[in-house]
Amino acid sequence: MHQIACHECDLIHDIPPMPSRGAACCVRCGSVLFRAQENSIDRTLAWTIAGLVLYVVGVSFPFLAMKNGPISNETGLLTGIQLLFDQGIIPLATLVLLTCVLIPLLQMLGLLYIFIPLKLNIRVKYAVPVFRLFKHIKPWSMMEIYMLGILVSIVKLGKMATIVPGLAVIAFGLLIFVLSFALSAVDEHMVWEKLGEDS
Amino acid sequence: MKATHASARQLGLVSCHACHLLNRIPKVLGHAFAYCSRCGEELHQRKPNSLKRTWALLIAAMVFYIPANVLPMTITSALGTTQADTIMSGVIYFVTSGSWEIALVIFTASIFVPFLKFTILIYLLLSVQFKSIKRPKNRTRLYRFTEAIGRWSMLDIYVVTILVALVKLGFLADIEAGPAAIYFAAVVVTTMIAAESFDPRLIWDVVEEKHE
Ligand SMILES: [Zn+2]
Repeated sequence: MHQIACHECDLIHDIPPMPSRGAACCVRCGSVLFRAQENSIDRTLAWTIAGLVLYVVGVSFPFLAMKNGPISNETGLLTGIQLLFDQGIIPLATLVLLTCVLIPLLQMLGLLYIFIPLKLNIRVKYAVPVFRLFKHIKPWSMMEIYMLGILVSIVKLGKMATIVPGLAVIAFGLLIFVLSFALSAVDEHMVWEKLGEDS
Repeated sequence: MKATHASARQLGLVSCHACHLLNRIPKVLGHAFAYCSRCGEELHQRKPNSLKRTWALLIAAMVFYIPANVLPMTITSALGTTQADTIMSGVIYFVTSGSWEIALVIFTASIFVPFLKFTILIYLLLSVQFKSIKRPKNRTRLYRFTEAIGRWSMLDIYVVTILVALVKLGFLADIEAGPAAIYFAAVVVTTMIAAESFDPRLIWDVVEEKHE
């Protein structure tokens, strides 16, 4: 059946022969029905791999160092979360761990798990539930907001001490763009069609 | 894009929430569960108990919003004195210290966005419950907007956790997360789930019923 219902108003549309790129919008409410992508598979993979590299750098290096005379403190994403756990602020620590570390990582690994087999034209188990999970966790990946949080902290602490942005700030800054390019290269409609063929 | 003149609901079809495949299922769903034939997601004609769930989460979020604003977000101790800062006093601090851009960013993310989200969601819920047929397209847009902005409220939570982590040992000052931080995190999470629970298709169901 070559029809699709708008996700926001439920109006049924006939799916036209797919153009190579561009978005199809609902005629009634204007929401995007689907977005066709050129080279979706290659572009998604390339951006995702670049994203993973930046992610590793961003997570493992300190993003800020604070100098006040002879004393100096450094903090990174993981050490910061560790410290929150140590201080017993468990709900907040968990929230940061999920939204800034685990979910972005799962998102990128999920994309690799789906798109590498698509590229190689092979079938893997659990591709369907993985892609479903990928869609569900999407709103909870918040690295870009964390990046803005780092900037605000730099301004706030700049009056107390000398703040030296670390390597991770650059990595996070790039990651925001790279991750959003990876996500926008995903042609969901195409992925579901391909995953649907197997079953 | 060629459109038909019927919604999936009117044709007895259910669009899968995850993969958007149209599934044909018996008109009366009853209490049996149906699953998408392509991806296996549970099928619902509309998000289950959408209005009730959205109201419940929204009210919870509004309750949390009060301690989140009244209680201190950070507690700074320096040279024997302690200072408790609420979200608003943090904003005022930035204004007085000259970084009004940062003040604006924090005010928008922490105070204005949650408030705007409450207002829009209440309006959408009431408009569906009172069967309004006015400007459904604009209301759908408003919904999309609330869905997109809510996550940015997380900003202040991250700032607090970064400050706590950075200003720890060896400094004359020490910053601790105040009790408001937890409430504020609860506001962000519950409003995000509330927006997710609302089904914008309900707006259009009312419009279709009036035309039938
Ligand atoms: Zn629509």
